[in-house]
Amino acid sequence: MAKQRGAVVVDRGFLPFLVPGLLLFAVVIALPLTMNIGLSFTTWTGVGTPSWVGLDNYTRLVSDAAFWASFRNILAMIVAMAIVPTVLGLFLASLLFDYVGKKLGDRPASGLRAAFYLPQVLPVAVAGVVWGWILHPTYGALNLSLRTLGLDTLTRNWLGDHSTALLSVMAVMIWFQVGYPVVIFMAGLQRVDPQLYEAAELDGANWAQRFRHITVHMIRPEIFVVLLTTTIAALKVFGPIYVLTRGGPGNATNVPSYFAYQNFFERAQVGYGAAIATVLTLIVVVFSALFLGAQSRDELREAS
Amino acid sequence: MATTTPLRPPADRVTPPVERLPRTRASLGPWVVLALLVVVALLTLAPFLLVTMNAIKTPAEYSTNGPLALPEGLYLQGLIDFWHRVDFGQKLINSALISGTVAVGAVVLSLCNAFVIGIGRVRGRLAFLVLFLLANMLPHEALAYPLYYLARAVGIYDTRFAVIVIFTVIQSAFGTYLLSSVLAKFPTEILEAARVDGATKWQLLWRVIVPVSRPTLSVLFVFFFIWTWNEFFLPLIFLISNANQTVPVALGVLQGQRLMDATMSSASGLLGVLPAIVFFLLFQRTLTRGITAGAVK
Repeated sequence: MAKQRGAVVVDRGFLPFLVPGLLLFAVVIALPLTMNIGLSFTTWTGVGTPSWVGLDNYTRLVSDAAFWASFRNILAMIVAMAIVPTVLGLFLASLLFDYVGKKLGDRPASGLRAAFYLPQVLPVAVAGVVWGWILHPTYGALNLSLRTLGLDTLTRNWLGDHSTALLSVMAVMIWFQVGYPVVIFMAGLQRVDPQLYEAAELDGANWAQRFRHITVHMIRPEIFVVLLTTTIAALKVFGPIYVLTRGGPGNATNVPSYFAYQNFFERAQVGYGAAIATVLTLIVVVFSALFLGAQSRDELREAS
Repeated sequence: MATTTPLRPPADRVTPPVERLPRTRASLGPWVVLALLVVVALLTLAPFLLVTMNAIKTPAEYSTNGPLALPEGLYLQGLIDFWHRVDFGQKLINSALISGTVAVGAVVLSLCNAFVIGIGRVRGRLAFLVLFLLANMLPHEALAYPLYYLARAVGIYDTRFAVIVIFTVIQSAFGTYLLSSVLAKFPTEILEAARVDGATKWQLLWRVIVPVSRPTLSVLFVFFFIWTWNEFFLPLIFLISNANQTVPVALGVLQGQRLMDATMSSASGLLGVLPAIVFFLLFQRTLTRGITAGAVK
């Protein structure tokens, strides 16, 4: 046994177990992804043979106002799905952990955490169905309630109006997302040494100071992960847009994934849709790589 | 009700039990904070309460008393009508069948992959991990049209089978990534003991690794089930016929068509929300453990 010197014995007995995984991976992910990239250089209606057009789809993208609108909206989605929930989640988790939990016990803290988390278990399309009803201009719960309260001037076509559509969708997404950072951050805080907080308290640090100097600092890995996963979710958002607005009015709430869907399945412009999907994929991959790189640099800095 | 969750909502909406406490700032503080948090929590729960209250009202009640009034009685006809109209029972069966099969399949597939990468420590395991991680992050739009085309070509378009295969692979990408790092830390004494006993790879996997990692596997199972249940984009594309649609697709398509009225909308909302609440109550612990397990190694 060559183990003593730590030499690695190449053991081929494992490899058969990788065969089904790799085969299925090739058919369901690698092949379609390659085909999609290939199709992005063609024009194709979905029937007949695709014809090669080189970079035409990409040059068309650059001058397409709808494409730029969809990318502006994705920035709004990043704000609503990643940035605002992370900030809110930091406050809520810190209040629950460092304040409510310590002064009033675990039960109220975990009960509140469950309440914040509940929207997260919904299928996002169902969340859209619920909010679609609440925000409906004629029979929706929000407008009817405003009328009952005598606030008729505040009623509007929340999802159909150019000035409020994007903001309404953003509000729905904030509601949907907030519980995720709360749960992750609270779990992260559990591994922080309680003595840190005690020492800070003895030194006279108030909650705000402890929040800034201990909480935010200690759960930086969790903040990284939450920002990464929620931003990727925002880049890919589709269900709520399909259910709430179908990208409208005009392109006011259109996003790249819905824009690609429209080109694939409504306009039969498969090549163009594939180009949009390819650009979106590139953004997701580059973004993830940058983020993970920054994270590991951060970890190295912490360790040294 | 507001559509946003304000950071500091007005404190007067929930009255903290002030009188019974000594009037020092130190002991008042937690109750004020708690009251604020309760307001935020109520705002978060408001849509759930609204949808439940209004799904059991008669249409007349809804239009005269408004959405905020408590229901006068229990009116289930709206829910029953909606159930029959969309054949909701069938949608539940489809969702359960697809999600259940995917969860089992993806756990098995992840386990096999992670066995090779985490325990077998094959050459190039880092490359495999990056590959699976990327596959997990990929937008489904980049796979959608080719998958749609291929499924049509082999005649499995608009079948639950096609959706099951696709999501088994997609979920197992994440499962492989997570499970590989878990198995890489598998106690070497146990592996060594199994090797000395002359266990085959098959025995090592099923008799040693599966029993020991059962907690992680069950977390993955729950997660795959719920993630698949919640999926919308690919099922929307693949499940065209009514008989094959899942719960979110059926409700989402109806909502998009805007053929509904108030009663039907709230009924569809409630029926979509209920299974999620059931999962939440059943799996709350697993869910919390699971999302944190995936987050930080």
